[in-house]
Amino acid sequence: MYKIFKILMYAGGFFFLMASCEKANTLTSAKVSSDTLDKEVAITPDVKMVLINGGEYQPFYGTDSSLVEVKDFLLDERPVTNAEFLDFVKKNPKWKRSKIKALFADDTYLQDWQDDETLPKNADPEAAVTFVSWFAAKAYAKAAGKRLPTLDEWEYVAMADEESANARDKPTYSAHLINLYNEKDRQKNKVKSSAPNYWGVYNMFDLVWEWTDDFNSIMTTSDSRTAEFDDKGLFCASAATSTTDVLNYASFMRYAFRSSLKASYTVGNLGFRCAKDTTNSTK
Amino acid sequence: MKRIVTCFTLALLTLQACKQNPSENSSAKSENTMDIAVSGDAINQSIVNPPMLPAPIGDRAAKKVVVRLEATEEVGELADGVTYKFWTFNSTVPGTFIRIRVGDEVELHVTNRSDSVMPHNIDLHAVNGPGGGAEATNVAPGKEAIFNFKALNPGLYVYHCAAAPVPLHIANGMYGLILVEPAGGLPKVDREYYVMQGEFYTKGKTDEKGLQEFDQDKGVDERPTYVVFNGKKNALMGANALEAKVGETVRFFVGNGGPNLVSSFHVIGEIFDRVYVEGGSKINENVQTTVIPAGGAAIVEFKVEEPGNYIIVDHSIFRAFNKGAIGMLKVTGEKNPKIYNKVQ
Ligand SMILES: [Cu+2]
Repeated sequence: MYKIFKILMYAGGFFFLMASCEKANTLTSAKVSSDTLDKEVAITPDVKMVLINGGEYQPFYGTDSSLVEVKDFLLDERPVTNAEFLDFVKKNPKWKRSKIKALFADDTYLQDWQDDETLPKNADPEAAVTFVSWFAAKAYAKAAGKRLPTLDEWEYVAMADEESANARDKPTYSAHLINLYNEKDRQKNKVKSSAPNYWGVYNMFDLVWEWTDDFNSIMTTSDSRTAEFDDKGLFCASAATSTTDVLNYASFMRYAFRSSLKASYTVGNLGFRCAKDTTNSTK
Repeated sequence: MKRIVTCFTLALLTLQACKQNPSENSSAKSENTMDIAVSGDAINQSIVNPPMLPAPIGDRAAKKVVVRLEATEEVGELADGVTYKFWTFNSTVPGTFIRIRVGDEVELHVTNRSDSVMPHNIDLHAVNGPGGGAEATNVAPGKEAIFNFKALNPGLYVYHCAAAPVPLHIANGMYGLILVEPAGGLPKVDREYYVMQGEFYTKGKTDEKGLQEFDQDKGVDERPTYVVFNGKKNALMGANALEAKVGETVRFFVGNGGPNLVSSFHVIGEIFDRVYVEGGSKINENVQTTVIPAGGAAIVEFKVEEPGNYIIVDHSIFRAFNKGAIGMLKVTGEKNPKIYNKVQ
């Protein structure tokens, strides 16, 4: 995955050239948290998990030589809902708004909730939960006996449209997503009210941005940053990355969004869904 | 959509400014601008909507200046009956004009409105440092980034959002100008205006009504649907025309946000007495049309001698008459037949 560092694409270059240096901190705090995350009270959200058949895929920032293998895995068919997250905080009070440690969530955590155990006014319990930090999402997944999908897993599934597992080469794919992404307040809609993709997964794009386990991984290896400023890297990128991907503005948006995050951030249009390995998928 | 917050302790205008000889400013960055010390209390940059801009800095000493820019995503009017989802700095296109002097230390607060969908940041061409601030200011919806820089080079500079995909953020309107005045300020003039050209790429044809979506193909092909001044067709026409009186000296701070086109900036019926070429320190005189690159700027000055309507255009003229790159300066006052006289 670190290879993507070297591959700066042209359209995103301005930004990624300057990839944030703060990301390393996030990782450190992630480690700190793993102890506290150990003791969640189990929850059993009623959400179907879809089997995703793995395969090789070219990460958005990759070259032909850097195909990444994604193993078979299970993915929640939709994002975690308000109702489910409410159940989680009831059973795990340390994740309530009034109890949460500042290290694990910034001050907008669940900000629209009326109190620790009351959803926002007019909020649909079946809408995706938002204003949750990466730490909270991770704790939720753990309590559910799951984990967050990796960035590669998420993007692998995101290649699909309704008909095919990989729609990246369709010109309409990106254009459609740009318009979707440009729509405000989508997060207030119920989950699963739009059509599922090829895998039977809903709402990859039309409701919320989603946390991934390694959302900041494109910036984690600090020694690779020197490579980033290498002109040759820039040059190679424009040569190696296919035109389709350079024009895949929707993907640029996701990567830009992820790189604006810290693990404690909570944002009004950022939610998550859970994943699981197939090997331990039986309960 | 427009809002004016004025919270500015105006710098004192002094007589010094008027006496300043322009050629004194034209020397390159003196090596020691880095050593200019700031003094006194921090001041807040006033927020004034284009085509207006904050008052001249005069001969005030270098200070700490607090600048606040909020990234927003909001629907606005692109032409009569045509709307578009603009991405802005402080809800205007172009964004708030930032006016400082060389040696000033800017504390820039970039917030991203909580209802934004995208992350945003800012790259100021006036900044010396990697990314011009983009790295330091990449900000998620609802969050704030604070970034400090010292202005070392006088000149007129573009700032813009540099979040990926950069072309889209610029095409949606995320650009503005920052003026770094030389010590002692620019020479005094009677009127100053803030004009910035930019293109828009919409699915529908020029003037097709309704909410228009961004058209990526047109953007890549550099075939804009609109080429406009100040974010909107006719933003500087009719009741919004710029004004001046006969005998006054007018200064335009002109920027070009692009994202693609180079502007051939011209005022029909006027000759620019002075052009600060590319917004830098070189002054050219007696210029008919000045080139303003995408991501570049120029300062043009001229004295208006004759009343009438002066049309501001990109002299790549189809853009002016078909795509919106047209504005107006209305000059009122006494006619002067010696200068201009229709005989029959
Ligand atoms: Cu932006």
